[in-house]
Amino acid sequence: MNRYNRHIILPEIGEKGQQKLLNSKVLVVGAGGLGCPILQYLCAAGIGTIGIVDDDVVDESNLQRQVLYGSSSIGELKVLAAKKRLEDLNNTITIHAYAEKLTHTNAIDLFEKYDLIVDGTDNFATRYLINDAAIITKKPLVYGAIYKFEGQVAVFNYNNGPSYRCLFPNPPKADEVPNCSEVGVLGVLPGIIGTMQANEVLKIVLGIGTVLSGKILYYNALTVQSTTIAIRKTEQTNYAKVVAQFQKQETEFSCTTEVLQITISEALQKQNVQFIDVREVDELPKVTALNCINIPLSQLEEQLNKIHPKKEKVLFCQSGIRSKKAVTLLHQHHITNCYSLKEGAQSLQAELNITETN
Amino acid sequence: MQITIKYFGMLAEVTNCQEEILDEEVTTVLEVLDILYDTYPLLKTKDFQIAQNQEMVTKETLLTQGELALLPPFAGG
Repeated sequence: MNRYNRHIILPEIGEKGQQKLLNSKVLVVGAGGLGCPILQYLCAAGIGTIGIVDDDVVDESNLQRQVLYGSSSIGELKVLAAKKRLEDLNNTITIHAYAEKLTHTNAIDLFEKYDLIVDGTDNFATRYLINDAAIITKKPLVYGAIYKFEGQVAVFNYNNGPSYRCLFPNPPKADEVPNCSEVGVLGVLPGIIGTMQANEVLKIVLGIGTVLSGKILYYNALTVQSTTIAIRKTEQTNYAKVVAQFQKQETEFSCTTEVLQITISEALQKQNVQFIDVREVDELPKVTALNCINIPLSQLEEQLNKIHPKKEKVLFCQSGIRSKKAVTLLHQHHITNCYSLKEGAQSLQAELNITETN
Repeated sequence: MQITIKYFGMLAEVTNCQEEILDEEVTTVLEVLDILYDTYPLLKTKDFQIAQNQEMVTKETLLTQGELALLPPFAGG
């Protein structure tokens, strides 16, 4: 426990407090400007299990503020680069990297695995999703957001307190509020706000101090002024209402990723397409042309790495039923640009034979 | 009544100031908003909440001495 000596000698923490930190599980959504300082301090403090959700890769323009990454991380998945750096910082804790986008489909299962959620994302759609999923799973949410030189920090859904929706009931109209990549941000600002978020996490886990619940703090880095505004709990945080809204959005999400079907002639007109045969390996007829690859539906999830990330994909089977299932499965893994072939392998091979003879 | 109005985030860009003092015959938050909308028409296109003396209020809330803060949501992270 020498690693945590400076915590342990504080009477407010002690060995007991440090053990609380080591026993806690915190999920950080977003590994960008806010996520980096949050993760760094939670990891150093000895939060025993840390989850990181982000599907983005490191870009050179991130390095001005996203201090977990270096020039050698450019192009790497943020969650993996962060995990590598954090494991060096503290190799005694567990870090789970989720290289995926948080959605209405995966949020609840993910949140259930953790005690506390931290929002370090950069868009309203995900912020409202995090808020609602935190209400449904009854997890406290440590919120932070930034704009140029100003930041907000708050703790929502803590001991039945107000949520983000009590403050801003509905997301603003699209494109009305820009994010950092559009208007810029002072590099040190997410450092300050993210560190404040990490501080709230530690206080909640340790049960010390006053948690920033029922309030939102606005901080201005240029004037060094901070203002704390009291928020009251409103009907917007009503559990049943949030559940109903969430389920509706979950359905909308699955509708927008409806399986697109394609005919043989349409498929053959496409250029630069990956054809994927999802039948079992011994099924006939074999489709030999088209450079098609064979990934049986039963093994699809284990072989996602064989699927081209950018090209359009046409999946086929014997009758068009399994290929449809396969496309749905790929959507669940956020692999898009997929079509299910209406006809089966037999018709496809016949069509190819005709084309060849001509 | 004299009221200090504080603008946060992108709202300060619309009004070109972070705070100002309004000295008008007003009794509700809505009346203050109407004056601000006249002076800064772009404010109408912005989403924000209002706090009076550090407490969230509605448009119907009666004004007391002190300050009003106009609080926009931030997206960035």
